[in-house]
Amino acid sequence: MAAWTPDQPMVRLRDVHKSFGQSEVLKGISFEVMKGEVICIIGPSGSGKSTLIRSINALVPINSGSITVEGQEVNDPAVDKLALRRKVGMVFQQYNLFPHRTALQNIMMAPIHVLKQDRSEVEARARALIRKVRLEGKEDTYPGELSGGQQQRVAIARSLAMRPDLMLFDEVTAALDPETVKEVLVTIRELAREGMTCILVTHEMGFAREIANRIYFTDQGVIVEHGSPQEILDHPREARTKAFLEQVL
Amino acid sequence: MQEIADWFRSLYETTGLNFTIFYDPYDAWQFARGVGMTVYLSVVSILICLVVGVIGAWLQSSGIKVVRGVIEIFVVIFRNTPPLVQIFFFYFGMGELLPANYNDIGLREPLLSNVQWAIISLSLFAGAFNIEIFRSGIEAVPDTTVEAAEALGYTRLGVYRHVVLPLALRVCLPALNNNLVNLLKTTTLAYAIAVPETLYATTQIWAESQNVTEMMFVLLATFVLLVGVLVWVMHRWERSLRIPGFGR
Amino acid sequence: MRKERAAPVTDLPVLLPVRSPCVPVLSLRAWHGLVLAAAVLMFAPAAGAQAGSEELSIIGVIIKWMPLLLTGFGFNLLISVLAMALGTIVGLGLGLLQLSEFRWLSRCAWALTQFFRNAPWLVLLFFAMYLIPYEFRIGEVTIPFPDWVKAVIGFALPVMANVAEIVRGAVQSISSGQWEAADSLAFTRRQTLWMIILPQCVKRMLPPWMNLYSLVTMATVLASVVGINEMLTLTAQVHNAEGGRTDLLAPLYAFALLCFFIYCYPINLWTVRLERRFNVKS
Repeated sequence: MAAWTPDQPMVRLRDVHKSFGQSEVLKGISFEVMKGEVICIIGPSGSGKSTLIRSINALVPINSGSITVEGQEVNDPAVDKLALRRKVGMVFQQYNLFPHRTALQNIMMAPIHVLKQDRSEVEARARALIRKVRLEGKEDTYPGELSGGQQQRVAIARSLAMRPDLMLFDEVTAALDPETVKEVLVTIRELAREGMTCILVTHEMGFAREIANRIYFTDQGVIVEHGSPQEILDHPREARTKAFLEQVL
Repeated sequence: MQEIADWFRSLYETTGLNFTIFYDPYDAWQFARGVGMTVYLSVVSILICLVVGVIGAWLQSSGIKVVRGVIEIFVVIFRNTPPLVQIFFFYFGMGELLPANYNDIGLREPLLSNVQWAIISLSLFAGAFNIEIFRSGIEAVPDTTVEAAEALGYTRLGVYRHVVLPLALRVCLPALNNNLVNLLKTTTLAYAIAVPETLYATTQIWAESQNVTEMMFVLLATFVLLVGVLVWVMHRWERSLRIPGFGR
Repeated sequence: MRKERAAPVTDLPVLLPVRSPCVPVLSLRAWHGLVLAAAVLMFAPAAGAQAGSEELSIIGVIIKWMPLLLTGFGFNLLISVLAMALGTIVGLGLGLLQLSEFRWLSRCAWALTQFFRNAPWLVLLFFAMYLIPYEFRIGEVTIPFPDWVKAVIGFALPVMANVAEIVRGAVQSISSGQWEAADSLAFTRRQTLWMIILPQCVKRMLPPWMNLYSLVTMATVLASVVGINEMLTLTAQVHNAEGGRTDLLAPLYAFALLCFFIYCYPINLWTVRLERRFNVKS
């Protein structure tokens, strides 16, 4: 396979199928994401959005089809998952910080343990990231003492510490109190403006409209339609999209 | 020191309460050696049984069915049979099956001494319980936390070492605490294969000095003290591992 | 704006409830025993080969002495049942004393419980064997205390302390609302305890109590150390009677392990099932 160059799609999905037992949750998903693009995936719950985003960094193995990240086939059993996952950062709905480590340690752990990087260099980077997500003063606080929004920002910083090329956000604001949603969205917006390639699963339609280059609407394991935020949110063509938007807007 | 010895000697002369270990140097030495052996058995067995528990629990989460089955059988057998019979089985049964050397006068010199067999069987016995304890701790770590570590590129071993084990340890400390206290108490069974631990030393002393009642209370007090020390150490450990804002 | 909001989630991924340290109930019940039996049998052919023709094979020896050994095992079970009964009765009392309103009484009961709970079983057995006289005299009547009765008492001591702890734990696990509700209905403290609290405790006490029984059963072999003719003593005697053949030791002790396993494992499985059903931990 030819080496990947930035003018090719960074992420490419081809006819991805995934079943859990009898139920097929992904029924042939295909799309492409270019470097620097921000993609939002919307759709009713149970439409396979989370499975889709998890399959991109091989947390969920797929049954057939192909997923490539920077030209590397994810579904290949021989793939170096470590190499893949250092390129792809992921932020979860439940933050999933490591409760036995402070905010700063959470950010530093993976670069030190996984990438075997120098501790002092990692620490300097981690402190810079803490400032970036506006949590100065919380370095030595344990996750249990932070609010949901603060924890989620630490989780974002933790992923960024691996210097990923691509960030995946899986409903990162769904578990947050309404008042803390904003602080997390501000952080993501900054990332997007800096040119980070992002794939978001979200229910925040206003936010999606603001930052997305393209929006994909999924339902029952297929992409029903996709297009610019205006096309999807203001002039949906499909009845299913219309019905969904009527419910959430 | 001399005053204490004199006081216990006069106590014996006036009341007949004969605490030989406080004024008779030989008894004192014998008893101290016994307590030392109990501490040695406990510390070594605790360390080994923790290793057995950690490795066993890790293997039990492995994908290989045969490995899981073997661990399962090991745990079930050691939990449901008397530890004393286990010690006899190892010391007499296995000890005979292992090759042995013969010394100059033709006496059999077994490969492993009675102390070593005691440590082996006590460690396996307590280790079987530890596997169960650690497993319940590991199960209490949410899948999503493990998933987060995987997403950061940790290998299976890395996830276990840096994330799952530190969390599981905190969950299962109370149960572990109980099991280690139980192990300390179980070291007395080594008496049955003539390991000179506290109980053994005590029976030697009262056989010679005819002071069963007094030594019985010394013996009980010694174990209450030893258990107390262990519990204190474990509580200190538990406290030092406590995470602010973390708990159920 | 958002269609779905996750149910209120705590800030931290809360740890899942700890499952009781237990064995998953697999369909192993039967073949677990068979594995052990196989382990015993494994020694048979090897030993049969090296033993002379006049010597019985290992299996032959075990079959020959099985009635005696099983009688010994029966004695173990008898001791365990008696010690459990005695310890439970006294332990219930001790546990309730710990809940007494009289401070000094509850403190004393607590101290006694801790003392006997933290002493090694074997030491308590020695305690009973040496410090209980071999007979009691009440007026004209002499009550003899044979060794095995002393052993029963020796095992009943730790049982008592553990039962007391189980009772205290169970009573304290009942929510204070139950006491308040009973108070407001003008129940006396005694009525509340016996009619409202204790009946609720039975479920919580049963699994740890069964677990304790299993422990007592396995502890009864300690009686061999103080010279009581239970299974382990008989095993050593059988070994002597067969001329002290060293190849017999492993299989003979394995047989003893097997007997206890067959008895205790179902109790263990049953305990686990009850724990799950009542959702309590022992």
